Amino acid sequence: MIRGWHTQLAQIVLVLLLAPLLSGVTRKIKSRLLRRRGTSVFQPYRDLLKLIRKEAVVAENSSWLFRTAPYIVFATTWLAAALVPTFATGLTFSAAADVIVIVALLGTARFFLALAGLDVGTSFGGIGSSREMMFASLAEPAMLLVVFTVALFAGSTQLSSISAHMTGPGVGLNISLALALIALIIVSIAENARVPVDNPATHLELTMVHEAMILEYSGRHLAVIEAAASMKLLLYVSLIACIFTPWGTTVAGSGAVAYAIGLGSYLLKLAAFGFMLVVFETAIAKMRVFRVPEFLSVALMLGLLGVILLFISRVPQ
Amino acid sequence: MTPLDTDIAHLLAGSMVLVSFLLLYQDRMFALLNIFAVHAWVLAFSVAWQAHLQQAPHLFITALIALVFKGVFIPVALHRIVVRLGIHRSIESVVSVGPTMLFGMALVALSIVVMLPVTEAAGAFVREDLAFALSIVLLGLLMMVTRRNAVGQVIGFMSLENGLVLAATGARGMPLVVEISVAFSVLIAFIIIGIFLFRIRERFDSVDVRALDMSRGESP
Repeated sequence: MIRGWHTQLAQIVLVLLLAPLLSGVTRKIKSRLLRRRGTSVFQPYRDLLKLIRKEAVVAENSSWLFRTAPYIVFATTWLAAALVPTFATGLTFSAAADVIVIVALLGTARFFLALAGLDVGTSFGGIGSSREMMFASLAEPAMLLVVFTVALFAGSTQLSSISAHMTGPGVGLNISLALALIALIIVSIAENARVPVDNPATHLELTMVHEAMILEYSGRHLAVIEAAASMKLLLYVSLIACIFTPWGTTVAGSGAVAYAIGLGSYLLKLAAFGFMLVVFETAIAKMRVFRVPEFLSVALMLGLLGVILLFISRVPQ
Repeated sequence: MTPLDTDIAHLLAGSMVLVSFLLLYQDRMFALLNIFAVHAWVLAFSVAWQAHLQQAPHLFITALIALVFKGVFIPVALHRIVVRLGIHRSIESVVSVGPTMLFGMALVALSIVVMLPVTEAAGAFVREDLAFALSIVLLGLLMMVTRRNAVGQVIGFMSLENGLVLAATGARGMPLVVEISVAFSVLIAFIIIGIFLFRIRERFDSVDVRALDMSRGESP
């Protein structure tokens, strides 16, 4: 028997260890799709280790905020990622694993990152922060509407109960869930600075958003921010997997075989979603910055439509 | 009827509303025509599924008519017209995308609020369908209002008609004679509109309907 808090602990460690691998795998597949050889899938780990060993150079006119922000971003993102059930539901923290809490934690991380971008006073940081906030003003409501749709459908905002409800009977094809899924995918793409919105592989481009905010960071600060960014990607993939494809997930406290199945299916889901993300990224071109709000407003609209249509499905039969 | 059957019907009808929104959002000519074709295909599948559920073979003919005429013939013809008119650039709409979408959302909410209490006596199935159909009709009207370009307005009109067919199938099907005559009237409307487009272009060198206002002396 493996107890709930063991599972929770394993999960906390797992998201930290697995996140760079997911980034590495997506980079590798992307390179292969572009007919390049690409770096090893373990390259993100090496990058992180190298950055940790390096000296952190801090701009002269930066304040304490600039030095503390990376750790706050990392801590909130890690906590949020640990709350999403990955391979097992019913974890120790699942009473607190509310989707709204996760959205709020990510919002906190974003707030501090944007402040840090403004802190040094370079024009790049400022433009990155202002754009990040512009996108966030649409992405966050869209995310909340997705949460409302799913919560109304499952009757709970707790991820464990949602996941249990989705595997249960009485969940067929539902148009609201389909709309929520598309909206969540759009929000994830925007939040993780993936291709149609932002290019994760570039450093100096006038249209970049995420990289512009962290341009002044170096050494261990940068390592921590990069780790948080890859964890955020893992978080969104896990969230989609947990809500929309909850098959194979085990319940904390079951036997070792169930755990093996849960872990295996989780890794499979990660690989599948990572592959789909990369294929989508390769097939599409980056958008102009001022078209991104339109893209995100589609997510907002889908979320709203999902909520509205839920009231039709709720007609007493 | 198993729950899955109803779910699929619901999904298809709901996707039609979604595709209507895509029509509202899309501002490029060829993409607009393609999405209209998708709209008709989803309609055809929806009607065919209803035919299967209601055991009404004549609805399969309705589905076939939707598939052939609206899913293939009209989009291809419009495609050719657009190429011949040389207007395959982007089309501007009167209001920008964001407010239009919000307005469309309000229309969907309105049609649900209106339809659900009115049809309380009918089965759940018919009520859903009617609510979806009314929102598709209203979205089609909205599209006709927001587009300046005549082709965009034609697409709006055709998508509105798709909503009508959906409503008719939901209400236990309609007589085949009526369906065929509706299909032909749409076809004739399409031909008339096609001729009209060329006439407008000939006279005003553009298919922007603001040119018509000018000739009526309504605006400078």
